Amino acid sequence: MSIEIKNISKSFGSFTALKDISLKIENGELISLLGPSGSGKTTLLRVIAGMESPDPNPDSQVLFFGEDVARKPVGDRKVGFVFQHYALFKHMSVFENIAFGLRVRPRSQRPAESAIRDKVHSLLNLIQLEGFGNRFPKQLSGGQRQRVALARALAIEPQVLLLDEPFGALDAKVRKGLRDWLRSLHDELNTTTILVTHDQEEALEVSDRVVVMNQARIEQVGAPDDVFHQPASEFVIDFLGNVNVFHGRVNQGQPVLENIQVGGSRESIPDGEKANVYVRPNDISIDRTPTGKSSMAATVTRINRAGVHAKISLELSSKEEIRVDVSMEQLQELHLQLGDSVFVHPNKARVFVPDFTI
Amino acid sequence: MSVNAKDLQTGSNDPLWVRTTVITISVAFVALMLVLPLGVIFFEAFRKGLTAYLKAFQDRNAVRAITMTCLAAGIAVPLNLVFGIAASWAIAKFNFRGKGLLIALIDLPFAISPVISGLIYILVFGMQGWFGKWLEAHGIQIIFAVPGIILATIFVTFPFVARELIPLMQEQGSEEEWAAISLGANGWQTFWRVTLPNIKWGVLYGVLLCNARAMGEFGAVSVVSSNIRGGTNTLPLHIDALYNDYNSVAAFAMASILALLGVVTLVGKSLLERKLEQESISSLESKTTEVS
Repeated sequence: MSIEIKNISKSFGSFTALKDISLKIENGELISLLGPSGSGKTTLLRVIAGMESPDPNPDSQVLFFGEDVARKPVGDRKVGFVFQHYALFKHMSVFENIAFGLRVRPRSQRPAESAIRDKVHSLLNLIQLEGFGNRFPKQLSGGQRQRVALARALAIEPQVLLLDEPFGALDAKVRKGLRDWLRSLHDELNTTTILVTHDQEEALEVSDRVVVMNQARIEQVGAPDDVFHQPASEFVIDFLGNVNVFHGRVNQGQPVLENIQVGGSRESIPDGEKANVYVRPNDISIDRTPTGKSSMAATVTRINRAGVHAKISLELSSKEEIRVDVSMEQLQELHLQLGDSVFVHPNKARVFVPDFTI
Repeated sequence: MSVNAKDLQTGSNDPLWVRTTVITISVAFVALMLVLPLGVIFFEAFRKGLTAYLKAFQDRNAVRAITMTCLAAGIAVPLNLVFGIAASWAIAKFNFRGKGLLIALIDLPFAISPVISGLIYILVFGMQGWFGKWLEAHGIQIIFAVPGIILATIFVTFPFVARELIPLMQEQGSEEEWAAISLGANGWQTFWRVTLPNIKWGVLYGVLLCNARAMGEFGAVSVVSSNIRGGTNTLPLHIDALYNDYNSVAAFAMASILALLGVVTLVGKSLLERKLEQESISSLESKTTEVS
């Protein structure tokens, strides 16, 4: 189902959780709300679910398929909500947890006992927990509990699935497995899914689109590819993965760093303005000799070989610390040792001039 | 410093004489102040034999006092149960203006002397009180009558259930309730199927303590009762009256009921405390990261 949010603000006392948020979510989309804690992502999800009401404003609307649901209580919105800490009913078996949404229906709409049983069993099958129906939540692992919570939400056949940091309390390995499973489940069920997460890797990997949030506002909305490679702001580039930041000045329309020119020209910017230059660790090359105008002298301070790439820490002559990722082959070729003097060269940089963000 | 095996066992490095002294003081104090009087009650009650003991219960006034006590507790406890659940629900799950004041007011009966609480009711409902004239004109008697005793009992016992449930419900949060509501449950279903099962041991614990206090209350009830034998006396007041009449066997026989209630409460309390501990452990467990 398509969901449209228009001019939503929400404050708790003096704290602003959402500031004039507008967003359109397409039918069948898996979209992530990504941001640090306190950025407003969970509040936005709860506003969509109806668990929080937005600040009163005649222009603000929450539309499900074009219909304003502002006055609709949570139970009538047909949303499946999954909580970070599962919120399973502790005193009920797995079976009863999943059956809950069917059992609480008014008598006229309640399925027969046999239909409930069939439904629960097919959901247990879906979450690969057949035979766990009689267990209680505390007898399950975290990953299993979250799958039960998802099955419970799916039992009411929701039009939209809202997941609030669903894998946040799980360890890395389980998290990755469940993430892939969620993506295939989403494709299979053909629902609209909104996933709140602070894990950029998770958001970039499973989503059709990512909404990057910061300080109650949306910083950028786009496909994972776009937000990663075309970040709209300093916050976005900084939040999505490791990045080196250099503080330079603009000279003749170009950012200058230690008298080295980087990045594209920005002619409209007057000279002397501060420029922040962001370079991802894998966009820097290391050479034994200077390779051109942009090379900077640096000293190797740390080499970490654990991982797919080797992570090299270097210190520039300005005492700035930078990180470079090189492949294992490159590391071999370079024969890098601690304390070696080398030259680094940014291949690709993004420049933000703080006072000129439009 | 050398550590011997015994120290490791007790987890203490204090010298033997310190430990012995501290333990002796505590045990002696409990024996002298609690166990001995409890023993005296039963000893005195049965001093003239079982027949004399049982005879004390055949007295009309005794039966009335027991009935009165059960009636007061029977009304005060359910009312405070409803109030306690409502208040702790409101405090734990909602934010509203005056929440702090409500929490403070719930503790009021703990903070003021029971005699004062009795006097408050006399000031409000007594003959010279605010509503005294109106009540008299309508032929309603509250003070020196059954309603006064019930009101005073409600007043002194109303913190028990709420005090027990507020921290429990705050700790559990409202995620399970939200989950139930998002699945289409109405408020009533959410309460009966989700909230109540999660707090049931806490509720029982509060009810137990509330009941013990309701049946044992002396001060507040004493002020509002007429002290007429067989009239509006509760068990504690009846015991006092009997004792003042030098009828010690009957007084201690009556006291033995209250003492027994105390022992039953104590046992029930420890059992429930164990249940509650398990409950809070399991709610903590479900909130922390698990191994998979």
